[in-house]
Amino acid sequence: MPYNLKEVVANKPSRFTAGHRMCAGCGAPVVGRMVLRALKEEDHAVIANATGCMEVSTFIYPYSAWTDSFIHTAFESAGATLSGAEAAYKSLKRQGKLPEDEHTKFIAFGGDGGTYDIGIQSLSGAMERGHDMVYVCYDNGAYMNTGIQRSSATPKFADTTTSPAGKVIPGKMQSRKDLTEIMVSHHLPYVAQTLAMNPFKDLYEKAEKAIYTEGPAFLNVLAPCPRGWGYATEDLMQINKLAADTCYWPLYEVVDGKYHITYKPAKKLPIEEFLKPQKRFRHMFKPGNEWMIEEFQKEVDRRWQDLLDLEEITNKE
Amino acid sequence: MTEINSKTPMEDLTIGGNIYQAGNAREFKTGDWRSMCPVFIEEKCKQCGMCFAVCPDDAIPVGKDQNRTDFNYDYCKGCGVCAKVCPFGAIEMKEGTNK
Repeated sequence: MPYNLKEVVANKPSRFTAGHRMCAGCGAPVVGRMVLRALKEEDHAVIANATGCMEVSTFIYPYSAWTDSFIHTAFESAGATLSGAEAAYKSLKRQGKLPEDEHTKFIAFGGDGGTYDIGIQSLSGAMERGHDMVYVCYDNGAYMNTGIQRSSATPKFADTTTSPAGKVIPGKMQSRKDLTEIMVSHHLPYVAQTLAMNPFKDLYEKAEKAIYTEGPAFLNVLAPCPRGWGYATEDLMQINKLAADTCYWPLYEVVDGKYHITYKPAKKLPIEEFLKPQKRFRHMFKPGNEWMIEEFQKEVDRRWQDLLDLEEITNKE
Repeated sequence: MTEINSKTPMEDLTIGGNIYQAGNAREFKTGDWRSMCPVFIEEKCKQCGMCFAVCPDDAIPVGKDQNRTDFNYDYCKGCGVCAKVCPFGAIEMKEGTNK
């Protein structure tokens, strides 16, 4: 059946409820809710969360904003915790202790701090061992929950509280780690990068493939943070669109090693369009700092070209 | 479960801090966070669906008929993302907590 946003929202209940305490206009719940909508209604889910914005604000004792089973252990262990749960489930299923006609899916959520940095070893281990699970990283590009400290997902030149732009340094001095590519290098059956863009077809379909592909799958989803990025709260969807249209955040999937770019902007916009509305890049627009924008653009262009090349190479007959 | 609060004695808490009611965050209302209030202008709405999934707080009720109704002000935090994506001007942001 072809995807239809209105049908999906009307017929699939929200498994990520209202009453959570993420900030107004946060990009992450929009992502989380749509990922869970990709579940078949009759399937159960076990959700594990790395410590992060999403965990601390959806699971404040005695309230849970998840209608499925939810586990939080420690910052670094979403991958390990969920792979343990999945292994236990498989064992019980084999022993005939669980109903045969009911299915449980395993989904981990982690922010970029809990995924790119602190949780990378447990994530890597879980993926390498081949558990039937999906790890979803909602990437807001810094430790937003604790006060906007830089992470390895923070783009170069971004002003954060631990990479303050000023006379001494021009914001974060290092390039952004490309976690999606690291996950591709695990040779997983399904890896994808996406973001929330109306009508949410890209996000929904990738989530569905990730959840229902047997074996380990990874999704990297951009989740803008109005507080940390310093853009007007209501601009969430515009920022997402600009990230895709400037190719800052390419939308693509890698299925069994084959690259497929799922969104090629009709007109690739200059990176300024994405940088300009965000306070964390404000210093890049001061006279004398043009080199920063140039360098940023070069990096974006290089990574985009790499992707185009990879798509061509991996799809050769 | 939700009667538990910061004054509840330790022995009355659930073991391991477990929560036995999945999705009970719905009982926690976040509507009083609002400083801007979206107003739904039904006559202008064409039910295109653009606002259905962009609400971080699930405050736009969508019925089985695939049509939306007025906001759920119990949860709306007033971020304005919905008003910004509406192509028909059917959502207006008003200063204050209430419309």
